Amino acid sequence: MHSEPPGDPGPPERPGPPEEPESPGPPEEPGRPVGRRVFLATLGLGALGVAAAPTLQRGLEDFLGAASGHDPTGLTGLLPNGGGFRYYSVTGSVPRRDATDYRLTVDGLVDRPTTYTLAGLRGMPQTRMVRDVQCVTGWRVPRTPFQGVRLSRLLDAAGVRPSAKAVRFTCFDGAYSESLTLAQARRPDVLVALRMRDADIGHDHGGPVRLYVAPMYFYKSAKWLSGITVTDAVRPGYWEERGYDVDAWVGRSNGRGDDPTG
Amino acid sequence: MTPPASAPAPPGADVRRFGPAQRRVHRATAVLMGICVVTAACLYVPQLAVLVGRRDLVVRLHEWAGLALPVPVLLGLVSRAFRADLRLLDRFGPHDRVWLRAALRRDRRRSSRPAGKFNAGQKIYAAWIAGAALVMLGTGLMMWFTRLAPLVWRTGATFVHDWLALTVGVVLAGHIGMALGDPEARRGLRTGRVGREWAKREHPLWRP
Repeated sequence: MHSEPPGDPGPPERPGPPEEPESPGPPEEPGRPVGRRVFLATLGLGALGVAAAPTLQRGLEDFLGAASGHDPTGLTGLLPNGGGFRYYSVTGSVPRRDATDYRLTVDGLVDRPTTYTLAGLRGMPQTRMVRDVQCVTGWRVPRTPFQGVRLSRLLDAAGVRPSAKAVRFTCFDGAYSESLTLAQARRPDVLVALRMRDADIGHDHGGPVRLYVAPMYFYKSAKWLSGITVTDAVRPGYWEERGYDVDAWVGRSNGRGDDPTG
Repeated sequence: MTPPASAPAPPGADVRRFGPAQRRVHRATAVLMGICVVTAACLYVPQLAVLVGRRDLVVRLHEWAGLALPVPVLLGLVSRAFRADLRLLDRFGPHDRVWLRAALRRDRRRSSRPAGKFNAGQKIYAAWIAGAALVMLGTGLMMWFTRLAPLVWRTGATFVHDWLALTVGVVLAGHIGMALGDPEARRGLRTGRVGREWAKREHPLWRP
């Protein structure tokens, strides 16, 4: 990949390399500075790779995405852009919650603060959507079904006050947070998701309940959702305090040009 | 140049291969590279990520180890012996081409593998891993300091960083595998000395 063509005789007009003049005793290894050419070629290829990445990436994603479809070993999932979800957690361990002890609170600038159980959420009208999932670090999982309660329905049930401007989400991992403007939160493609890939959401994927913000990068879709607080201003979430964009539209933020998922 | 050998040692005795400078540079670089690889695996391999979590801390460790990776080599440049070895790694003589051809043909006969202090494979490895480390550093910095480069470059940097990481991992595994297969070479980097017989066999053109 980074090898030099070994066959070229080299420019004959070049005088001896400066640091190794023709010395009388046989220097152990005179010769041409191939090492530094390999070194520079590697650097050059690296820079070229950065420049050509959009083209290369598209091709590879198509290829690996297709390959991961019939790969019994699952190894393609470990390759960059090889398809499949990756597990990201910002804490060392995340407590487990299930139907017995899971609670979702809706509070803040609302008329009727509410606490939902898992059964309560399951009893509400469900919406199913099938879109691509795009992570800001590059991986994309095509056509992933999510199902749950529209966030707008929970907000309406709580009665959002006129002074409200934004919604903040907190998680029972104890650290993660996210936020959306009220207008974003009311979109029909924003769910409080209970099912993913037509199964209850497992712990590693943020279950039993996670946020799902279809048109935005996946860090907006907070896992292990436990709190929805209506606020008067957007408060940047966990990764947003660490440099990510607050308005995380896929393909129009974070310096990325991915195909939209909305 | 390698320091001139004083008196020829009796056959079977040790010869000096590396001074403290080279050994320390290698040790420090290996530790930093190890941290980079382990933290990268914890960020990347889903099973390890589930096990370790603490993404922010792991990212920080990875970043600082990566940033420090070139430091041992840069510090080593003050050592004459280290600079002399770098020069040897850089220069390819006609015998190196013979060595590479034999390697491509999987010809393992000693006579077809002439080598000085470093064989052609070691030279290519050194040059490539040095370049690759700097590419990893550059692309890593672009991902770390998002305002450092135009935003479009970051996608490219991520792409190169991911794939080159995989390549570096494979090549490093080869490097370590070869070291595991050659205890005398490992002794050379641990104590600085190797057996004369080994030197004659593996590096026949080397005059320690």
